[in-house]
Amino acid sequence: MAVLLLGEVTGGELSVDATSKAVAAVKALGEVTVLCAGASARDAAQEAAKIDGVSKVLVAEDARYGHRLAEPTAALLVSLAGDYEHIVAPATTDAKNIMPRVAALLDAMIISDVSGIIDAETFERPVYAGNAIQTVKSKDAKKVLTVRTASFDAAGEGGPAPIEEVAPADDPALSKWVADEVAESDRPELTSAGRVVSGGRGVGSKEDFAIIEKLADKLGAAVGASRAAVDSGYAPNDWQVGQTGKVVAPELYVAVGISGAIQHLAGMKDSKVIVAINKDEEAPIFQIADYGLVGDLFSVVPELTEKL
Amino acid sequence: MKVLVPVKRVIDYNVKARVKADGSGVDLANVKMSMNPFDEIAVEEAIRLKEKGVAEEVVAVSIGVKQAAETLRTALAMGADRAILVVAADDVHQDIEPLAVAKILKAVIDEEQPKLVIAGKQAIDNDMNATGQMLSALLGWSQATFASKIEIEGEAAKVTREVDGGLQTIEVRLPAIVTADLRLNEPRYASLPNIMKAKKKPLDEKTAADYGVDVSPRLEITGTREPEGRKAGIKVGSVDELVAKLKEAGVV
Ligand SMILES: Cc1cc2nc3c(=O)[nH]c(=O)nc-3n(C[C@H](O)[C@H](O)[C@H](O)COP(=O)(O)OP(=O)(O)OC[C@H]3O[C@@H](n4cnc5c(N)ncnc54)[C@H](O)[C@@H]3O)c2cc1C
Ligand SMILES: Nc1ncnc2c1ncn2[C@@H]1O[C@H](COP(=O)(O)O)[C@@H](O)[C@H]1O
Repeated sequence: MAVLLLGEVTGGELSVDATSKAVAAVKALGEVTVLCAGASARDAAQEAAKIDGVSKVLVAEDARYGHRLAEPTAALLVSLAGDYEHIVAPATTDAKNIMPRVAALLDAMIISDVSGIIDAETFERPVYAGNAIQTVKSKDAKKVLTVRTASFDAAGEGGPAPIEEVAPADDPALSKWVADEVAESDRPELTSAGRVVSGGRGVGSKEDFAIIEKLADKLGAAVGASRAAVDSGYAPNDWQVGQTGKVVAPELYVAVGISGAIQHLAGMKDSKVIVAINKDEEAPIFQIADYGLVGDLFSVVPELTEKL
Repeated sequence: MKVLVPVKRVIDYNVKARVKADGSGVDLANVKMSMNPFDEIAVEEAIRLKEKGVAEEVVAVSIGVKQAAETLRTALAMGADRAILVVAADDVHQDIEPLAVAKILKAVIDEEQPKLVIAGKQAIDNDMNATGQMLSALLGWSQATFASKIEIEGEAAKVTREVDGGLQTIEVRLPAIVTADLRLNEPRYASLPNIMKAKKKPLDEKTAADYGVDVSPRLEITGTREPEGRKAGIKVGSVDELVAKLKEAGVV
């Protein structure tokens, strides 16, 4: 019983948090081999080799893997799949793009966003925006799954595990990368941050989102947003927290000017401590908040930033 | 070019799903059902391509219970030209898995020969986010998931995708599968005259057996439970009190 795990490599760098949480989730299933693929992937492989529970690292360094296009990366995973019973990746947007393709090529049903592992074929996953948790038993010979990283703790340091080169697979050459638009930020990454401050429609404008950012910076927190805030252009799309955005489970989540729609709760209700600031005392967000403060965010948030 | 749009009938996004007391699933009897919100966005995009003269025909396809015909009528009322219903289940509680849906869609596509398929990125009931990718694999076509912008340029589509780090733009060769994200467009409401007109548009009814696809699930659902609830919290009266509570909890 062996596991092949697609490491999260972006621009040659390993996302250690996502990869190591996925490793921790699946290491009970068997020996874990991590695949690092990219235009440059050797540094990422070195990092992956240091994750506790990793027994081997495969590196596929080739220009065709440079932008994590689904078709070449899926072809590579399929070419390596023979030796493994489980093919796994952290549930990032890259993996959600690639892994169902891998599953279909192997005639297996993808098991998306796994939040619990019962045994080699039985898994738990949230459905209906997290309002129900399903237990599913896979009948497929090979199980292809993505792991919800917010549900697992990161593995510690170990190793170093041996690193092996693998040959690239045939590239179906169906798509081409054109451009990336990635905002550089000194703030912690949303899905791995210990604290998150999110703003919603109540913030009212892009300019006023600075109020949220200032509180986040004071707390050393990542910044998140509701869908309404993103749709209105107050915040970039990669800040969206929720059913169809990022799923976070920090020690502290502060929701400001967010009403608490089920789709938003789906992305943050497993946070350890939840604070809600909202001027409407009936807002549903208060039903799940540990500490609720009814008030106008434009006075409350600056005061909070100052007093912390 | 012909554009095909798969649409799924799901629990309405405003309804909070309730787990059945015996743990056998989510209760869907007498619950409001609607078109999956991402599929409304996909239908809208296809219609806009037609309005721009890029697409000639928009075909909506749904797989599931007979009642999914209502969902297809909604797509027709929005502006799709015709619809295909593939009946694959009798019971509203039986969800057809993305792999089986993709196999049926592949068979439909082999007949229909569209140049572009626009699906939703995710069904809000099973939250799988898989069908478009699986279909693309089965067809050997290119895929552009989580689209927030689609531009057709000759034999290719330039698609901007919402990804964890921000946005990525790729160019896919046609025929291709694109999956729609939230910010691709704002879907229109069907007007009353269009709802009336939709009743006369063609809606073909088929069964999974017509396509020779086995829809039996690969994932056996052995239980469904409620998530752990949160214990009720408290309201604080001032920022000072909030700061004190957060210090007490050790989170600041
Ligand atoms: C398919 C689908 C997927 C979705 N996915 C997501 C998702 O991933 N994430 C997500 O967040 N949403 C998602 N949504 C949207 C979701 O349903 C809600 O519409 C959205 O979360 C609302 O955002 P909001 O709370 O910021 O806005 P609103 O609901 O408008 O709430 C704004 C809040 O701000 C408060 N407020 C206003 N002014 C002030 C002030 N001065 N001081 C204090 N409080 C103030 C108001 O009282 C109100 O409670 C999705 C919806 C659909 C259909
Ligand atoms: N039963 C179905 N009938 C038609 N389209 C479907 C069906 N299931 C999934 N789809 C399409 O695939 C998308 C993604 O669904 P899923 O992979 O189940 O999250 C949906 O938004 C639809 O466009």
